[in-house]
Amino acid sequence: MTGTYLGMPAFPAVPDLPAFPAAAREAVRDEVLRANLRHATHTIRDKRARAVAELADWDRLRAAGKAVKDHTLRHLDRYLLQLEEAVTAAGGTVHWAADADEANRIVTELVRATGEREVVKVKSMATQEIGLNEALEAAGIAAYETDLAELIVQLGHDRPSHILVPAIHRNRAEIRDVFRAEMAGWGRPAPEPLGDDPRELAEAARLHLREKFLRAKVAVSGANFMVAETGTMVVLESEGNGRMCLTLPETLISVVGIEKVVPTFRDLEIFLQTLPRSSTAERMNPYTTMWTGLGPSRGADGDGPTAFHLVLLDNGRTDTLADETGRQALRCIRCSACLNVCPVYERAGGHAYGSVYPGPIGAILSPQLRGTRSAIDASLPYASTLCGACYEVCPVAIDIPEVLVHLRERVAQGGPVTRAGVRVTLRPADGHTAERAAMRAARLLLDHPGALRAGERLLARARRLAPRRLPGAGRAWTDSRELPTVAAQSFRDWWDRERSNPR
Amino acid sequence: MRAALFVTCVNDALYPGTGIAVVRLLERLGVGVDFPKAQSCCGQPQYNTGYRHETEPLVRRTARAFAEHEYVVTPSGSCAAMIREHYPRIGRKAAAEGRGNELAEAAATLAPRVYELTEFLVDVLGVTDVGAYFPHTVTYHPSCHGLRGLGLGDRPRRLLAAVKGLDLVELPGAEECCGFGGTFALKNPDVSTAMGTDKITAAAGTGAQVLCGADNSCLAHLDGLLRRADSPLRTLHLAEILAATEEEPLS
Repeated sequence: MTGTYLGMPAFPAVPDLPAFPAAAREAVRDEVLRANLRHATHTIRDKRARAVAELADWDRLRAAGKAVKDHTLRHLDRYLLQLEEAVTAAGGTVHWAADADEANRIVTELVRATGEREVVKVKSMATQEIGLNEALEAAGIAAYETDLAELIVQLGHDRPSHILVPAIHRNRAEIRDVFRAEMAGWGRPAPEPLGDDPRELAEAARLHLREKFLRAKVAVSGANFMVAETGTMVVLESEGNGRMCLTLPETLISVVGIEKVVPTFRDLEIFLQTLPRSSTAERMNPYTTMWTGLGPSRGADGDGPTAFHLVLLDNGRTDTLADETGRQALRCIRCSACLNVCPVYERAGGHAYGSVYPGPIGAILSPQLRGTRSAIDASLPYASTLCGACYEVCPVAIDIPEVLVHLRERVAQGGPVTRAGVRVTLRPADGHTAERAAMRAARLLLDHPGALRAGERLLARARRLAPRRLPGAGRAWTDSRELPTVAAQSFRDWWDRERSNPR
Repeated sequence: MRAALFVTCVNDALYPGTGIAVVRLLERLGVGVDFPKAQSCCGQPQYNTGYRHETEPLVRRTARAFAEHEYVVTPSGSCAAMIREHYPRIGRKAAAEGRGNELAEAAATLAPRVYELTEFLVDVLGVTDVGAYFPHTVTYHPSCHGLRGLGLGDRPRRLLAAVKGLDLVELPGAEECCGFGGTFALKNPDVSTAMGTDKITAAAGTGAQVLCGADNSCLAHLDGLLRRADSPLRTLHLAEILAATEEEPLS
């Protein structure tokens, strides 16, 4: 560890967003949003529980998934080089991107080289993480989202609020209104009349998107998995829109986080069971698309892209990997089961997390990928009651509460972190001075039972004076709750009277 | 048999009735109770808020206070989980940071001797019918640290179901967090209140007279919301129900 003290590490672009409690306050008061979220998360969590209960060996699959991911992360350098070799041998080109800017630059240049001004996109949270759409727009290139929920988000000038169902915060009447108002501006208008029946809405999206698929020469995708031994990319999806993107265009650019690699094709066996059951509560997802470079035909038969580029994205992942406790977040397979069981997510909604990764996994991933400098990132580790429901459902057994507490320590007390490959010591985040003083005072009191006892007696004597509303930080309690009544005598005093000196 | 009571700081200052109930209950079941006075807070508020270094003296203190006892019983799932799950972690981290193995050893020797009350009753004493009498309708909220941290399972419900006169009704969404979460209740008051309000609404909907739990901190949050809403539903710690008998009913 170096002795450098960094209060404000010069590390990725930090979002200027309100801290979690303020953002959540808005959501909690939005009755429609609360009802939408409650309905959606409870439906999927119940279905997930049934789908998981069908497998007698779920616990073993979970342990195996964890083991494969941990092994891969320990030897990530080796597997990434093996992957690069395999992708190259199969006719693809591999690009390495250290951060968002580099990745955006690479993709923009690749698209420019094709001479095209528009791309279709599917399944890439990584591109949302780096703000690719905005970067392409700045370069005069239009990017069209083709996943139904992401299309809704994009048409609505909105932000995604869920990993699997980015438009989970919208109900179907809202979606109909977005389609009616916005589709015409992006391409084929919504059919008239348009009702809010899911079937009608899906048909409207299908017609709108079909036009894009048939015209697009370039596609940008993500991948759920990359297989090191074969160079195979894997995308799991429900709608088939992904397969259109992955097979119709001439050029395919995949932007994938480096943690998505698994060593062998055989390892997929685990995740092709655990991911669909955890995310959509399906035994198998409807579409699994796998492609290896350009295949034996090298695209010559007109089936599939004639050029394939893989952009391997770091963007804070290597630094996260350097943290012994925090690195388990990189096991995440983006199933979103933790969001669907999280009581905090259910009330606060995804936007409050200020990241493309919301919910419990976002609360541990974002402050690691982006650092804890901004108000939102410093507040995320506290956006949990540590109830443990997320850990219980996680198909790769990420101990999210453990990482949350670990990151709280980083925020409150500072500590060693790796930034751009350099080991530095962070100072505590701003705004914890009063809390630190209170914690220290409490510890001093609690570590001296004599003082504690005197304090208890004082409290007991003053109990009739207790105000209904507390000033300062205590208001957060008394605004909505009564204070506990202080007992006339503490347990210690009772014990002394009744048990220490038996009469 | 003798057991030491770890009463917890919340019970000591705010809910002494819970500690008294544990003493009466254990003595009734033939267990001699010690109360080591050197005990204090387990350090959970500090640890969970991110002040691990401030927690270390309390880990040391708790381990020393109970060094002599084969059984340490506590009426709090979250404090038991703190000692069992997090003390060893704190000890290992202190050792890794070059502050010696003393804390890790203290934590390792204490952790397996600590029992949450219902674990002690069911697993160690082997009883589910503790001879209690409580003629009321009760619904039970299993706190997260007891439920998921310790894996208490149906122990609390089995104990309650065996209480004479008690009508146990299921709480819908019982396994969902009540929203207390220690300093979460202060740091995220709106979400905390929303979660707690859903919990008391579900509890009131069961028609129960009493909302029972095995962690007074969660109950303090729920009780605060119930009283602010002028609800007739009252909260009670499990220990107080188990301590009540026909001869000595709960006042």
